Amino acid sequence: MIHQASREATATDRLRAELCSTGGRHRREQVIRNLLRACAGLSILISFLIVLSLSREAWTFVSQVEWARLVDDGWFPRRGIYDVRTLLAGSVIVAGIAMVVAAPLGLGAAIFLAEYAPPRLRRTLKPLLEVLAGIPSVVLGFFALTWISPEIVQRLRPDSPQFTLMAAGIGVGILTIPLIASIAEDAMRAVPAVLREASYGLGARKITTTVRVVIPAAVSGLVAAFIVAISRAIGETMVVFIAAGATGGSLFTMDPFESGQTMTAAMAAQAAGTDAVRGAALTFQSLFFVGLLLFLITLSLNVVADRFVRRVRQRY
Amino acid sequence: MALVNPATTREAVARQLRGGRADIAGLAFRALLLVALLVTVGILGILILDVWTGGWSVLSERLGSFLTGTLSSRSERAGVFQGIRGSFWIAMFTIVLAFPLGIGAAIYLEEYAPNTRFARVVDVNIRNLAGVPSVVYGILGLTIFVKVLGSFTGGRTVMAAGITLAILVLPIVIITSAEAIRSVPSGLREAGFGVGATRWEVIRHHVLPYAAPGILTGTVLSLARALGEAAPLILVGATTDFLGGGRGSLLDFGQLTERFTALPIIITTWAGRPQTEFRSLTAAAIVVLLVVVLLFNAVAILLRNRYEKRRR
Repeated sequence: MIHQASREATATDRLRAELCSTGGRHRREQVIRNLLRACAGLSILISFLIVLSLSREAWTFVSQVEWARLVDDGWFPRRGIYDVRTLLAGSVIVAGIAMVVAAPLGLGAAIFLAEYAPPRLRRTLKPLLEVLAGIPSVVLGFFALTWISPEIVQRLRPDSPQFTLMAAGIGVGILTIPLIASIAEDAMRAVPAVLREASYGLGARKITTTVRVVIPAAVSGLVAAFIVAISRAIGETMVVFIAAGATGGSLFTMDPFESGQTMTAAMAAQAAGTDAVRGAALTFQSLFFVGLLLFLITLSLNVVADRFVRRVRQRY
Repeated sequence: MALVNPATTREAVARQLRGGRADIAGLAFRALLLVALLVTVGILGILILDVWTGGWSVLSERLGSFLTGTLSSRSERAGVFQGIRGSFWIAMFTIVLAFPLGIGAAIYLEEYAPNTRFARVVDVNIRNLAGVPSVVYGILGLTIFVKVLGSFTGGRTVMAAGITLAILVLPIVIITSAEAIRSVPSGLREAGFGVGATRWEVIRHHVLPYAAPGILTGTVLSLARALGEAAPLILVGATTDFLGGGRGSLLDFGQLTERFTALPIIITTWAGRPQTEFRSLTAAAIVVLLVVVLLFNAVAILLRNRYEKRRR
């Protein structure tokens, strides 16, 4: 009896010692906590490094370039001609064509999946959209060059060259369809069923309910989907680099049936194929200037899109 | 006492409500939506068919020598081995760097610091990082890992590229892991705390196992993304011209500090060649890339579907 009691006492003591200890267990908790905190903080360091690496050389460019060179005949960085309008026009054209392709297809697919598709059909079709989302952009670049260009673009206008902004724009559009579809579908599925039921209760048809109730209720999310898609289209590099040609530089053009360059493709073209980015005195720095411009444009689009997404979340 | 079939009644009432007219607008709208979806899926079909038929001649005749051969300007000998090796090492860097760092960040944000100011700032920051175009990550890689840390990475090497792509996919890993961790029921944690487990013990033994399928889905997707990226690699200095010798085995560590190429880079270079033989080589290389990337995607989708079913 006595023996057992003393054994219990030592066990209790040991347990108490373990629970109250500020030793091993507690210290390990602290170490792990700090390690994980460092992981989370790393993302801030990355943002800081991105801004730093862009702005240092971009500043060199802005402070040394002749300003007249920024509004010139085209973008030929190796010859010291840096007409930024050429690249901006290219990006706007490509993003515009992409949206003309992706907005109706993506939105249509999203409405069908969210409102019309029976669950079984949805389970088969949704993964297919996700497969499309997973296709690397180099693959779409090749597809734009070898299929879209001859089968679509050269049928729209027979005398157009093989490399066109049109083919690149359609390719980028295909890339952004799943993005629009997924954000728009989420927005429409977030609309409470009560709204639909109230509409049916008043005798409205399915189409009336969808077009007059669900879509207006989800409009913030749909707008967000379009803005994110535009941002993605402007930031897309490889499709334009492969399919729009003009890797040596481009004259200013507003004609989508010509070859041309976007901000992204110009950056890749400048770095590709040579062992070092070289050319005229500021060629290397112009890469960073365009990069900073691209970064600021996409960042502001994303911030605006985020506002819209949050509005949906707050309402429902 | 004749019984009326309820379906007949429903039909009659519906017809009466519509005023005898068929709902043409509704049907047309539905058809239009279905067409949008089918066109999208159709494009996917055409793309895969186009690439498959284009690359078939190379894949059927000499799959082995295509996979193990090295780059060559002579199309009948050219292979993608160096590309596979480069992509393999990029995947390794992503797994070793992005996965632990990303999952660690997600754990901290969800388990240690939810709703604090720090977490909110980091959260906004990560969502913005996820929207930064991939070329811009290339600039980061070029400045930091090629230039500033050049003595460590060796300059324009697969190491610099691997670190850059690990950073590129980090936001995706964090966002998907955080979502998976958020879906763990809080009862599980409270039960753990109730029996005296510390926070880390609860996370290690209860939260992480429960969230594992979700986390795995996100990491596999991010790996697929890293394998398909080309733009940042171009900026970091991937090349198809300056590869020295380069027949070393897949696992040879020495090549980490040498010039490199990757599958998407080979595809880009070959796509730019005008000769028709290179067109089929490009298509064949794309098939190799797509098999890997789509396999990863399929695994991720299947994992997620199973995991969603379990939750219900």
